[in-house]
Amino acid sequence: MLKRTNLGATGNRADHVLIAEMVDSGARVLDVGCGDGALLQLLEDRRNVDGRGIEISRERVNACVAQGLSVIQGDADSDLDDFPDNAFDYAVLSLTIQATRQPKPVLENLLRIGRRAIVSFPNFGHWEIRWQLLTGGRMPVTANLPDAWYASPNAHLCTIADFDALVTAVGAQTVSAVAFNSSGQRLPINRSIRFQNLFGEKAVFLLERK
Amino acid sequence: MPIQRDLKIPDRIQHTVATAPEPGDRASSGGATPHPEARAPSSAVFQTKSTDPPLALVSGEALPAIEIAYQTYGELNDARTNAILICHALTGDQHAANVHPVTGKPGWWTTMIGPGKPIDTDRFFVICPNILGGCLGSTGPASINPATGTAYGLDFPIVTISDMVNAQVRLIDALGIDQLFAVVGGSMGGMQVLDWAARYSDRVYAAVPIATAAWHSSQNIAFHEVGRQAVMADPDWSEGRYLDRGVIPRRGLAVARMAAHITYLSEEALQRKFGRSFQDREALSFSFSADFQVESYLRHQGSSFVDRFDANSYLYITRAMDYFDLFEEYGGVLSNAFVGTRTRFCVVSFTSDWLYPTRESKEIVRALNAVAANVSFVEIDSDKGHDAFLLEEPELFATVRGFLDSGARRRGIAERA
Repeated sequence: MLKRTNLGATGNRADHVLIAEMVDSGARVLDVGCGDGALLQLLEDRRNVDGRGIEISRERVNACVAQGLSVIQGDADSDLDDFPDNAFDYAVLSLTIQATRQPKPVLENLLRIGRRAIVSFPNFGHWEIRWQLLTGGRMPVTANLPDAWYASPNAHLCTIADFDALVTAVGAQTVSAVAFNSSGQRLPINRSIRFQNLFGEKAVFLLERK
Repeated sequence: MPIQRDLKIPDRIQHTVATAPEPGDRASSGGATPHPEARAPSSAVFQTKSTDPPLALVSGEALPAIEIAYQTYGELNDARTNAILICHALTGDQHAANVHPVTGKPGWWTTMIGPGKPIDTDRFFVICPNILGGCLGSTGPASINPATGTAYGLDFPIVTISDMVNAQVRLIDALGIDQLFAVVGGSMGGMQVLDWAARYSDRVYAAVPIATAAWHSSQNIAFHEVGRQAVMADPDWSEGRYLDRGVIPRRGLAVARMAAHITYLSEEALQRKFGRSFQDREALSFSFSADFQVESYLRHQGSSFVDRFDANSYLYITRAMDYFDLFEEYGGVLSNAFVGTRTRFCVVSFTSDWLYPTRESKEIVRALNAVAANVSFVEIDSDKGHDAFLLEEPELFATVRGFLDSGARRRGIAERA
């Protein structure tokens, strides 16, 4: 989905590195929408987690398993109901929530299955997107959101402020939230949500139940 | 299932078709005794000791003494942590990765098991036993009943998948192995894998059930019943006492095999391989001889099967599969079978397998998710039907290799020697 990936010093994506920092060593982690397994692999390598993945694409699932990761084919919208409460220390939804059909039940499931939930998403409130929509009057196409509206897998784009409101709506609370600018740098965490919402290209939220 | 089912076989049918049973052919009864491998196998044989308790069967009966013939490949490490148990399917046997003593052909999983193969015998100690009820050296209906001095025949008690697994447990105990690194099997072998994982989870580090289901569906029971009725309708079956009479129900068993074989393939694979092509002729013969390649192929499958398989074993093993129902065994809730499991699972299905379709594998995965078990699930795109698990499927090999290698790293099993 991301044309330009933000690389950390080790070649890992900046949001993945941040998630790896949020997760305790040896934790049980479910990565919903694990894609090619890069995050799971990073978490296993750096944090020695007991990792599990769900991915909708059969080809990607098979590649993950061949690589030695524990991954099943499944859909965030329909298959999370199978999991019991508190099955994992962390349930991660990395750049996936905007592609689900029903983000709210998915987030509720995430918070039910995991003691904590980690959600990252592209921020539709970023100034570049606002500017394109304001000046061009058409759906923005950026490096972070490279697909035309009709070809995009994203069904439910939101801003950081929108997501913050959803956290409240599902009765959860934010433990920490970090936004990244388009260079992959973390924005100063002491800045307001309004600032992050304007300059953050994507965001990572660590949530827990109230 | 079969030892070797090579879909390219039509090329070789020409000289074998003459031995295939033609309808009405009554001169086809061949050997009068089971193959010597049934009672004097070339494999290693585990025998229970006279001091061992009888093997209590699910039916309530018991076998006072059993023998299990088995093959091994590779070496057990000093820590005894690198053993992999291979569970064979309905008509498979212990000769998974060696030349088969009866057919002279390569074993049924030589693509999977061997040095450098996905189940790497340079790294793992691989054990493949013939199942209880089988006919390649393990105790079964062709074995001598100590009470009568003749073949058990139908006096052999009905055995279940759990009974087969319990017999394997005796063998694994005798080999001094506390925990198997992995239990791997396809089809009925996959049922044994699930039973192992359900009842002996502490003894199974990793489980790989392939192209299987947690129960035998109504359709699958129906196909088995057709096969059994074909065997029992053959007059030579003699109410199961054919070995005493020196005959073999060749035609019945061959028909059973032919019907079953169709279920192992897919319509697409049959059409692709055979279409409506003629067998050694230019035009229809206007008779009931094998005009079509697909007929010739099936007749060959039937006749070659009879030479290596005991008809009563076929009845007993199909029955064991029919009786398999892990849902029922655990109060209708499959996840109850796996509560608290620490076993790592890798479930595999094939898109064109209509005998054990993907949805059956997904039921297993759902049950494992419900107890937050460590599970991988791969559905492989193949048009080869149920048989795909025995054939050249690179994605299957990559899956098994990746899953076993990562498990072995966690288990601390040394890289290949």
